[in-house]
Amino acid sequence: MKVLQCVVCGFIYNEVDGLPEEGIAPGTAWADIPADWACPDCGVAKADFDMVEI
Amino acid sequence: MKPIIVLGSGLAGYTVVRELRKLNREIPITMISQDSGDYYSKPTLSNAFAQGKAPAALVLTSAEAMEKQLGITLLTHCKVNAIHRLTRQLDTSAGLLDYDRLVLAAGADPIRIPVQGDAADAILSVNDLADYAHLRDQLEGAKTVAIMGGGLIGCEFANDLAIAGFKVHVIDPGPYPLAGLLPEQAGCQLLEPLSKMGVTWHFGSAVHSMNASDTGYALTLTDNSTIKADLVLSAVGLRPRTQLAREAGLIVNRGIVVDDQLRSSDAAIYALGDCAEIDGRVLPFVLPIMQAGRALAKVLNGEDAKVVFPYMPVVVKTPAHPVAVSPVARDAAGAWQVLASGQGIKMGFFNPQNQMTGFSISGEFTAERNEMTKLLVTI
Repeated sequence: MKVLQCVVCGFIYNEVDGLPEEGIAPGTAWADIPADWACPDCGVAKADFDMVEI
Repeated sequence: MKPIIVLGSGLAGYTVVRELRKLNREIPITMISQDSGDYYSKPTLSNAFAQGKAPAALVLTSAEAMEKQLGITLLTHCKVNAIHRLTRQLDTSAGLLDYDRLVLAAGADPIRIPVQGDAADAILSVNDLADYAHLRDQLEGAKTVAIMGGGLIGCEFANDLAIAGFKVHVIDPGPYPLAGLLPEQAGCQLLEPLSKMGVTWHFGSAVHSMNASDTGYALTLTDNSTIKADLVLSAVGLRPRTQLAREAGLIVNRGIVVDDQLRSSDAAIYALGDCAEIDGRVLPFVLPIMQAGRALAKVLNGEDAKVVFPYMPVVVKTPAHPVAVSPVARDAAGAWQVLASGQGIKMGFFNPQNQMTGFSISGEFTAERNEMTKLLVTI
């Protein structure tokens, strides 16, 4: 399980926790998140920004 | 080889450099920052206080790490005095610098509304990380905060400071919160949730005077009512930083005028971000900056690219009642319609052909942001 961070706004996505409030179940791999998903904090699309493993 | 010089180390400056480096590791790039050059996300400044975040905790990547990662020369705490277009040089506090091409990503200054009184100079605004640090210092021991402006930044600060336990006054000449972005029914959704947290709204009014009193500041509003506050924060909007460009003879309107390739009236000078007016629009939001940064990186790399703005919903960080909006131009033909309501409201803006060209969703409906964006008609 990985933890990733939006380089634009610093939003952190933890695969263990998922994002239940966004409809993403705990344990969802980053790779399995739909391409049209957008960062809940800054709105940048998944495909449009770099995530760095931290 | 003379470098591309990027003036400004905010989201705009760093995005264009990051994108250009994906395409080209060779072109020499110099970035000039008037502050430390640390990379942070400016939108977090208006919702970091309640999380107890110290300024240093907002830095995502230090200036040194950015310099190394991006392979650039970074000049920090450097002031630019003038652009000499004929010789392609910048006159700076670090000396004369030659540029091959120049990218202006200088950002914007907070608009200051003239206020009478002996304490008007104490009005704060938060436009960068140092301002945020100053705000945190000033909030020490304060109990009541008056915020000038009930727009996006004003509402975000109001919500954040209310969470942190402050009593907050919001003063705005408009009729309801977020009036520049939202239809009335949507904006009014914020009134009660924030009132319950300790926010007092003062619409149709502005701060006339601010004087020191024994217990802080005494404000008199234009409707003659009075407020006592320990701190006054101004969040009434931004004005593009255009002075250097103007003095250098570039065409400047509201912002530095650039075309859809981000090129100014001087073919060697480009602009993006809060200081730029792209095809007639000043768009001081994250998504347009990302789009412009990517397009400009290609242009600087010699590719034939143009910036295209898709629909770019704006998220308002008011957890008491979250809002997402895909705004419509003030003069757009059409009307807002309520699509659903409950714990929040879902509204669409429909043009005369009955096509949805904008939306506003709040409360429980904000989770539908992606779906709503897909429903917007492409024009």
